[in-house]
Amino acid sequence: MSTRISMTVNGKAVSAEVEERTLLAAFLREHLRLTGTHVGCDTGHCGACTVLLDGKAVKSCNMLAAQAQGANVTTIEGLAAADGEMHPMQVAFKASHGLQCGFCTPGMVLSAVELAGKLKNPSEAQIREALDGNYCRCTGYHNIVKAVQTGLANMG
Amino acid sequence: MLNFNYHRPQSLAEAASLLGAKAEGKALAGGQTLVAALKLRLAGPTDLVDLAGVGGLKGISREGNNIKIGAMTTHAEVAASSEVKSAIPALAALAGEIGDRQVRNRGTLGGSIANNDPAADYPGAVLGLGATVHTNKRSIAADDFFTGLFGTALGAGEIITAVSFPVPKRAAYVKFKNQASRFALVGIFVAETAAGPRVAVTGAGQSGVFRVAAMETALAKDFSPAAVTGVKVAAQNLNSDLHATADYRAALISVLAGRAVNQARGG
Repeated sequence: MSTRISMTVNGKAVSAEVEERTLLAAFLREHLRLTGTHVGCDTGHCGACTVLLDGKAVKSCNMLAAQAQGANVTTIEGLAAADGEMHPMQVAFKASHGLQCGFCTPGMVLSAVELAGKLKNPSEAQIREALDGNYCRCTGYHNIVKAVQTGLANMG
Repeated sequence: MLNFNYHRPQSLAEAASLLGAKAEGKALAGGQTLVAALKLRLAGPTDLVDLAGVGGLKGISREGNNIKIGAMTTHAEVAASSEVKSAIPALAALAGEIGDRQVRNRGTLGGSIANNDPAADYPGAVLGLGATVHTNKRSIAADDFFTGLFGTALGAGEIITAVSFPVPKRAAYVKFKNQASRFALVGIFVAETAAGPRVAVTGAGQSGVFRVAAMETALAKDFSPAAVTGVKVAAQNLNSDLHATADYRAALISVLAGRAVNQARGG
């Protein structure tokens, strides 16, 4: 049993025949080899697998690839410009050292990018609240919050 | 996850006939609970009928004294809706407190109440406001919709299309979050409606969401926190688990009801 899915991933049209139960995270990692999307808890809690689906942050381990039919998906591989220039949020994470082991980082960055349209000059408390779907088990969040604040400011 | 047949119907009639024809079929809305349940094999339907392609199930509109919300409207859309925020701010606030931001971007009103998880937030609002659940077959009053743990009045092939929430004089929802899951350990929805006060409790009952008649009677006489904080709910039919004992939940109900009334009064 399989189903045909088509979507746009990082600006490129992709189409594949997949088992119905294929999760979006598995489709991105195993079929498209976009392994920047990390699977942490695999229960929908930790947010490491966060991608943008039509601009909205979603957990790709908690939805079927078939549910992304026709959608525009952005993974961490799709954030930087074609010439390799990093996205302002990536620059901010690097500059503020907003990571330690880096496992949660792709999800953190994409989740933070979605905030740009939602929060204007957010306070530290607002950022912490907004990141409650992304777990980091290394840093204590301090530098992540700083990075998000800087990144949002630089996204304008 | 066990495999299943995946269907993406384009109309409500097609979705209903697919669901009616499959004994082990299940409707898929945002999937924020269902996909997780499939992964754990807590659910193993032979067929999933994805409602994402069905038109007319999304959107928020004012109809007379009701706010009507389409079943496939996400929590994020309800939380951000200026219509909901101005007419029933307690409902917008409730939607904004469900799960986390990513969950709110996918999870839907219809999916939440069709699942009727005893710790879900929306059943509190639906019962607390005395809402009406519309399906492809009929309209069901909130008091008749929730029929027990994960149980609803929905029949085979019956699909929720929208929920109409009567605009109350005032209302508030206060939730004591489980810090890990963000589900309601106890959540209280208090509303002063045209038909009198209503108090709905989610997160605590062994049979899911329920009303507290004694609190409603007390609030009808005096809509103040003091009227409800003294009303005790028996622990006997409440959930007891590693997060909280039934006695603790019972105590929370009285305390949170007081806070909810205070908040509804603008405090």
